[in-house]
Amino acid sequence: MAGQTLYDKLWQDHLVKSREDGTALIYIDRHLIHEVTSPQAFEGLRLAGRGLWRKDSLVATPDHNVPSERAERAGGVAGIRDEVSRIQVQTLDENCNDFEVVQFGINEPGQGIVHVIGPETGATLPGMTVVCGDSHTSTHGALGALAHGIGTSEVEHVMATQCLIQKKMKNMLVRVDGELGPGVTAKDVVLAIIGKIGTAGGTGYAIEFGGSAIRNMSMEGRMTICNMAIEAGARAGMVAVDQVTLDYVNGKPYAPKGEQWERAVENWSRLHSDADAVFDAVVELAAEEIEPQVSWGTSPEMVASVNARVPDPAAEADQTRRTGIERALEYMGLSAGQAIGDIRLDRVFIGSCTNSRIEDLRAAAAVAKGRRKADSVKQVLVVPGSQSVKAQAEQEGLHEIFTAAGFEWREPSCSMCLAMNADKLGAGEHCASTSNRNFEGRQGYGGRTHLVSPAMAAAAAVAGHFVDVREFVAAGETA
Amino acid sequence: MKAFTQHQGLVAPMDRANVDTDLIIPKQFLKSIKRTGFGPNLFDELRYLDEGAPGQDCSQRPLNPDFPLNQERYRGASVLLARKNFGCGSSREHAPWALDDYGFRAIIAPSFADIFFNNCFKNGLLPIVLDEDTVAQLFEEMYAQEGYALTIDLEQQQVVKPDGTTIPFEVDSFRKHCLLNGLDDIGLTLEDADAISAYEAKRREQAPWLFDAVK
Ligand code: SF4
Repeated sequence: MAGQTLYDKLWQDHLVKSREDGTALIYIDRHLIHEVTSPQAFEGLRLAGRGLWRKDSLVATPDHNVPSERAERAGGVAGIRDEVSRIQVQTLDENCNDFEVVQFGINEPGQGIVHVIGPETGATLPGMTVVCGDSHTSTHGALGALAHGIGTSEVEHVMATQCLIQKKMKNMLVRVDGELGPGVTAKDVVLAIIGKIGTAGGTGYAIEFGGSAIRNMSMEGRMTICNMAIEAGARAGMVAVDQVTLDYVNGKPYAPKGEQWERAVENWSRLHSDADAVFDAVVELAAEEIEPQVSWGTSPEMVASVNARVPDPAAEADQTRRTGIERALEYMGLSAGQAIGDIRLDRVFIGSCTNSRIEDLRAAAAVAKGRRKADSVKQVLVVPGSQSVKAQAEQEGLHEIFTAAGFEWREPSCSMCLAMNADKLGAGEHCASTSNRNFEGRQGYGGRTHLVSPAMAAAAAVAGHFVDVREFVAAGETA
Repeated sequence: MKAFTQHQGLVAPMDRANVDTDLIIPKQFLKSIKRTGFGPNLFDELRYLDEGAPGQDCSQRPLNPDFPLNQERYRGASVLLARKNFGCGSSREHAPWALDDYGFRAIIAPSFADIFFNNCFKNGLLPIVLDEDTVAQLFEEMYAQEGYALTIDLEQQQVVKPDGTTIPFEVDSFRKHCLLNGLDDIGLTLEDADAISAYEAKRREQAPWLFDAVK
């Protein structure tokens, strides 16, 4: 018999029951909730007179529409100016009280973007099944966990039964071997992967990311990669457990301790694909060939290297793809063949569950240090992913580097990633963003998003247009 | 959940690939704490010429005359014909809620994003996968014939065209069963409560740290 993949093992460990029709009940260890996709689920429980199956499996935090601006944020929930947003955050408070769910409240130390606080607190651990009513739940797969984004009906289902009804997905291995060049980051790797396989390339698969370039990456980098598995169409992305994982998890507030830690480590040591495991699909990339990436269109697969040009739809043979490119260029206000480096930015956003961890902020600060944002750039937002990232960054003095560069240092939230709070793009504005989606209107009505790494975003903020961060740093260029 | 057995309805086009959930229902409408009322904001950015805000009276807003759903011939459509990778992006169930609230009962496309596909079934909305050529053919016929309607027969797993020809489609048997009978899958899962408890007890022994409380 062929060996098992990491996904096979995680699936098997959580299999409660296989049904004849090919579906299965999968036990869920950790259920993260936030204010946007949970209210209707709690309401559903109330209407049906149901309770939570295991309330200590839930951890809540408000992130999507809490204000990032310091003065407004200081007022807590009551201080949220937008009434509809306030009601949503209040509703989370009330539901957590009524159902006795642990919540990291709006200004409490543990608060942050749900996918940032899970791993950093140890609320999500290797070997767990993790769900959240949010598609970027795949992030937690970086720990060697099986993490799915789910819809609100499924949120309610997990609340009431602790299980998810699932059909087993197929296995895909994305292997990135070799060494990344200086200035090339996890974000560039994942954008390159999506550019290669397309936004539907991973549909129906659980993707395991492997290869030496992934092995040599920090946990933060692996989270950035798994975060965007969904942008390749895969509900779950994951990385095998290794020493990097263990070193990261050890000592986290809710990670096992003492004798429990020893037992857990032993249990986790099998969380990797067997050497003879068979994957349904294998995709390979050479790390050396990956350059800093910039998205030019309205789908994350529409990416190019920073030194390339915006594609010409006329060169595309496939009709659906050609009209897709034409529409994207029109929306983005770009012309065919335009150099990526000629795209001028109006705003820059450094944050989101993709790139708001300490390492991301360090990378941005390293570029921003001693430089200033270009006058033509209206605003540069730096939004740490959690209260603890914020505290750490301030301890390292990163906030001072940012403010000296004319960047704004904000409070932990999703912020301009999806513009549910006050941080938005105006119509027609171009934004260099470290987030994960460049869909039409995602960052504000008519806004134009370009996905990049934190270092590339900071360099673009200083230059006012996209620049190759490798040359930029080497040349010591200033605005 | 409302049952889906057979449905006949006018077909409307959403003629582009990779329609994402932000396009189906923009984020400002996700602030609602209800499941209903999203219909007027379905495809908001394509449907109206201005920027929509939650709680607004949409009947007063300027319509985009080029958008099919605003055209007389597609009024009352309940079957949406779409291109590949429909529903990609976020997990927001507000997307199927908006489609349902507008009056759609079925969506036909060459492929769907996983989470969206799954969410549809939970809301009595039937996503049907047909191969790309068949979908292209349906687009042509629909554009050529005003009032083009399809009958969708879930029991028989077939789409019936106006001329009586049928196109078979696949559907997972569990989902079909739930949809045909309008079953609440939480109730069904709870029939296995003993199996869940037994698993939990065993797991607690093997990996007790998974059950430690947070905070
Ligand atoms: S940061 Fe963006 S992608 Fe991540 S959870 Fe928040 S809104 Fe979703």
